[in-house]
Amino acid sequence: MKREGSPLKGAITVALKEAADHMTSARMHLIMLLVLLTAAGAVYAAIDQIRQTTAQDAFLFLKLFTVARDPLPSFSSFMGFLLPLVAIALGFDAVNGEFGRRTMSRILAQPIYRDAVLFGKFLGGLLVIAIALVTLWLLMVGLGILLLGLPPSGEDVARGLAYLAATLVYTGVWLALALAFSTVIKAPATSALAALSVWLIFSIFWSMVTPFLAGILAPVDPFNPLTLINQFETQQALARISPATLYGEISQMLLDPASRTVGPVFMSQLQGALVGAPLPTLESILIIWPQISGLFAGMLILFTLAYFVFQRQEVRA
Amino acid sequence: MSDPVIEITDLTKRYGAATVVDGINLTVEQGEVVGMLGPNGAGKTTTILMLLGLTDASRGKVRILGKDPFRRPLEVKRAVGYLPDAVGFYDNLSGRENLRYTAKLAGFSSEEADARIAGALQRVRLDDVGDRRVATYSRGMRQRLGLAELLMRDSRIAILDEPTSGLDPQSTTELLELIRTFAHDGMTVLVSSHLLDVVQSICTRVALFNKGRMGFVGSVAELAKKVADGAFHVDVEAEGVDVADAGKAVKGVNSIVAVNDNHWQISASRDVRADIARAIVAKGGALTALDAHQIGLGEAYNRFFKEAQE
Repeated sequence: MKREGSPLKGAITVALKEAADHMTSARMHLIMLLVLLTAAGAVYAAIDQIRQTTAQDAFLFLKLFTVARDPLPSFSSFMGFLLPLVAIALGFDAVNGEFGRRTMSRILAQPIYRDAVLFGKFLGGLLVIAIALVTLWLLMVGLGILLLGLPPSGEDVARGLAYLAATLVYTGVWLALALAFSTVIKAPATSALAALSVWLIFSIFWSMVTPFLAGILAPVDPFNPLTLINQFETQQALARISPATLYGEISQMLLDPASRTVGPVFMSQLQGALVGAPLPTLESILIIWPQISGLFAGMLILFTLAYFVFQRQEVRA
Repeated sequence: MSDPVIEITDLTKRYGAATVVDGINLTVEQGEVVGMLGPNGAGKTTTILMLLGLTDASRGKVRILGKDPFRRPLEVKRAVGYLPDAVGFYDNLSGRENLRYTAKLAGFSSEEADARIAGALQRVRLDDVGDRRVATYSRGMRQRLGLAELLMRDSRIAILDEPTSGLDPQSTTELLELIRTFAHDGMTVLVSSHLLDVVQSICTRVALFNKGRMGFVGSVAELAKKVADGAFHVDVEAEGVDVADAGKAVKGVNSIVAVNDNHWQISASRDVRADIARAIVAKGGALTALDAHQIGLGEAYNRFFKEAQE
């Protein structure tokens, strides 16, 4: 039987309320301050480095995102590391918090479906992240113009916007993960801890574990050099389970126009190529399309898990 | 007679092997105030959740204003207002903002919502604190804000789960007065409560739940008749007469039990004090004490569950 009315009726109301709550929460202010300070530090260091080394580069603006100077990592590395924290902070108590406040049954007694509540919460979180990212991106561009004294080129802007969109999808994966934990786990503290554990595993430990796993799954035969390639590809495939790896590859391709591949390169493939010549933006996007699709798929799978659990959840509070 | 507002037929809910609601039947007419009573785990809240379509039934049928809450949930939710046990609000928002949020979810335009909210807050006497954050509200004020939400939505049916739980006597009185006015205005009210005096003071009928089953549905007087063989108890002390003999002809007397030589307890379906006094005097006896009390919901409730256990 067809459902009466739209399942998403009320989703925008829920999303706007969630976004307003996040925008005014001390939690969000603190974490965004952390992101802003680290980003500003990374950009300032990058500008200093760019002035000294690559003043003639055609993509100076993109270098703002990727150039690092010890001890600070690059802006894009910071984003890859810190944005999951922002997403987890926004989503870890999205559903169980409503149960804790005893507001869930009252909200679900309104003439809306459960779909609207969950989708609205996800959309609200994503909206806040999008606003924060756009603000950060504009600040970067502003700082670049101010300190480098050059306007960004059209290619810079196009790649920068593509990077912004990919970053939003990457953060969406972590938001969906936090939302899924907040649906499955009743206690907000436990769901936050679970989400942070996954973040730590994929951001720090996964890169240490994958060579070990690849060694077991695809051992190297000293008499067959191709097994070395096989092991490397296995390691890369395992590493790509982590959203951080996928995001790292996307950032590399979008922010460094000279990059031509995210896999191993053979000398035969470089014959005739102009080393350092930039790829058109669309070519770069095509190369990392599987990574973008992977992040989308991860986000959808996690949101579907949250949806499935939430639809079947007993609502007593 | 109009169609029933709430119609429950053979409603059953199972969780695995456990049956928490077992084939209950209930019909509620418009303007009735029906109390749902029973110990913890008797199935009251699960029944409420099924009425709201928040959990599905394993078997049976529910109709709210003729509609199935599982198949037409939005229509049913538009007609039903729900005040859960220890109702929760967003503490960081004001009372008015909380209501504005649910008004938007209910589909009201901003102008209509504001007008409805103002009226509802005034009716529950929260208009002067409507712009204060809910974090500063007492429990009684939160309950009244919950009732304001029902009024704001103009609900035809109100389902109240433990509405006076944890309230001080003054707040309880105010809340009950509000609920009475709801019924007076034609709203149908279903109240689940452990506080029997609360239920007795506002309900036209009671439904007793026990181990997932509905053991009784009817008025308090009918319950008293069922469990106590009559609604009145009369204690008589007299000398020089056998009250058991003198009172047996009095109309309405169901039984007379001698406590000792001068003390009898009479069970009756009406207040028989005057007739008993006349009968004792007519037999030449001297009446020394006469006391009558109607069996209350509390006593009837206790007897009902005692009988159920036996």
